[in-house]
Amino acid sequence: MSAPVNLAQGVEGSEPWLNMTIFGLFVVVTLFIVFRASRSSKTAVDFYAAGHSFTGAQNGVAISGDYLSAASFLGIAGAIALNGYDGFLFSIGFLVAWLIALLLVAELLRNTGKYTLGDVLSFRMRQRPVRAAAATSTLVVSFFYLLAQMAGAGGLVALLLGIENTAGQALVIAVVGVIMIVYVVIGGMRGTTWVQIIKAALLITGALLMTVWVLGKYGLNLSSLLGDAADKAASAATPKDVLAPGAQYGLTGTTQLDFVSLALALVLGTAGLPHILMRFYTVPTAKEARKSVVWAIWLIGIFYLFTLVLGYGAGALVGPAEIAAAPGGQNSAAPLLAFELGGTVLMGIIAAVAFATILAVVAGLTITASASFAHDIYANIIKKGEADDKAQEVKVARITAFVIGAVAIVGGILANGQNIAFLVALAFAVAASANLPTIIYSLFWKRFNTQGALWSMYGGLIICVVLIIFSPAVSGKPVNPATGKSPSMFQNVDFHWFPLDNPGLVSIPAAFLLGFLGTILSKERTDKKYAEMEVRSLTGAHAEKAVAH
Amino acid sequence: MSTTDQGPPGPDWETVQQSAEFTQLRRRLRNFVFPMTIAFLAWYLLYVLLSDYAHGFMSTKVFGNINVGLIFGLLQFVSTFLITSLYVRHANKNLDPVAEKIRDDIEGGAR
Repeated sequence: MSAPVNLAQGVEGSEPWLNMTIFGLFVVVTLFIVFRASRSSKTAVDFYAAGHSFTGAQNGVAISGDYLSAASFLGIAGAIALNGYDGFLFSIGFLVAWLIALLLVAELLRNTGKYTLGDVLSFRMRQRPVRAAAATSTLVVSFFYLLAQMAGAGGLVALLLGIENTAGQALVIAVVGVIMIVYVVIGGMRGTTWVQIIKAALLITGALLMTVWVLGKYGLNLSSLLGDAADKAASAATPKDVLAPGAQYGLTGTTQLDFVSLALALVLGTAGLPHILMRFYTVPTAKEARKSVVWAIWLIGIFYLFTLVLGYGAGALVGPAEIAAAPGGQNSAAPLLAFELGGTVLMGIIAAVAFATILAVVAGLTITASASFAHDIYANIIKKGEADDKAQEVKVARITAFVIGAVAIVGGILANGQNIAFLVALAFAVAASANLPTIIYSLFWKRFNTQGALWSMYGGLIICVVLIIFSPAVSGKPVNPATGKSPSMFQNVDFHWFPLDNPGLVSIPAAFLLGFLGTILSKERTDKKYAEMEVRSLTGAHAEKAVAH
Repeated sequence: MSTTDQGPPGPDWETVQQSAEFTQLRRRLRNFVFPMTIAFLAWYLLYVLLSDYAHGFMSTKVFGNINVGLIFGLLQFVSTFLITSLYVRHANKNLDPVAEKIRDDIEGGAR
């Protein structure tokens, strides 16, 4: 949290009206496209999967739009600016993780499922319990991720629009929530995908522009940029070596172990994120799903290379002291760098892009959560899969989107000020523990069965959430003398007994183990259904086809 | 819209699963993706552990201000891009034609 004295300093140079105008332009353009898309979003397959009709390239850009959240852009650039190398480690985990999606998950998932994660996981199991579990973990992961994005919106507003009081920030969070609900309810998956595509193009272009600008200032010499950043950080009030690893995680044995835990959650979480997995259904074939991952890997990788330059650029040109003191703290590194380079106009553009980023990711999460509720819980559990009335199912999905939007607004207002990167890391930990083991087992292990899936999903989910609740991230971190507050979520209480912030190191292996034990301790065999699932997943026979319009 | 959840009177999946063609497809897929997954996870973990526990080594300057850690990190990007390209080539050349043939047999037969 920032001291009030610094607010004027951070807002200086920022033109709230300019920022709002640029952002407003983005909203108007995207809403127009969403309304156009809504004309062809009548049926369930349109609403959930955009009629399976996007190309691999389009979907790849949309995936990078979904994935490059505010945490990636503002969070990583800020972490590199303040903690140097340790921030870079985040982006590597986020990127390498895509290989799991490419090699093991994307194509097989596209071939076997229809709209949701629950489709694939329940394919050869007893439908209702497995769908219920898949929907539960989808909702939990989406909720954590939503909170992170909405909390980020509040912090960003302080910096960019000059809104300093909590009520004003709450209002802006509510506006973000309402726009997002409009995107999802009206545009469905088709509209949301276009929002992602536009946002990804803006974000990557903006980052490219700033990267070239920063490198240009240093005569295209990365080494002298790094040297400048290192000098600035070494001469700060709390000197750090930003070129060497360890500035953030190398302090004690516990933080080192925490880093291993985080690294594991990052690399195994991506391929279990429901809003990413659902994107694979927007393309017509597995081959297009493969192409979309390839596009996503290149775009995301190149983007993270940009953030490396931007982070060190912010450290060198703006300076760690000014970033840490600005409203929004380290999340303000990228916008401040934009101001340093291109004045109020560039800052306005980057600010609007960052805002658009939050909006688009929140929309992607909401459609995933509402699809999972409507398709898995309403249509297949409550109506036992007998509801032929697809229109009714879509109506339920739209209503759910309203509810989730409302929950996200309230949660975002309450979570305002929490660390974005931390909340995102939690979402990854839950995804890696509750979803990934079951996805891998059900695609590749013949013997796997219902009990194994349930033990792994619920076990992974419960262990993960319990360890988070009793972690130092939630309570019990010593008070930081500089700010007078504890970095934990709750102040003045200490009920933690688990030593690590991130539970992945324990919860991921536990979920794999539980899946194994649950399976071999149950007599159920699903060989016949597995034969169908395996053949279909590898060949694409009887896969869902694209819907022509 | 096709209705896969009701299931068309599908082929005998177990026969297809045991056919020589399908066994070959599965072997080609698994022989590529399993070792590759283990390799890139090991390579990533090596990087994480070095960054976490070998600060001295990773801080060694190689040229200018570029140190071993940065090069290692950038090599993770290179290896990710490389594995992506290798897989695409493998899938296009060795997986897709077999998968297509089996799919055509199944869907042609069911019609």
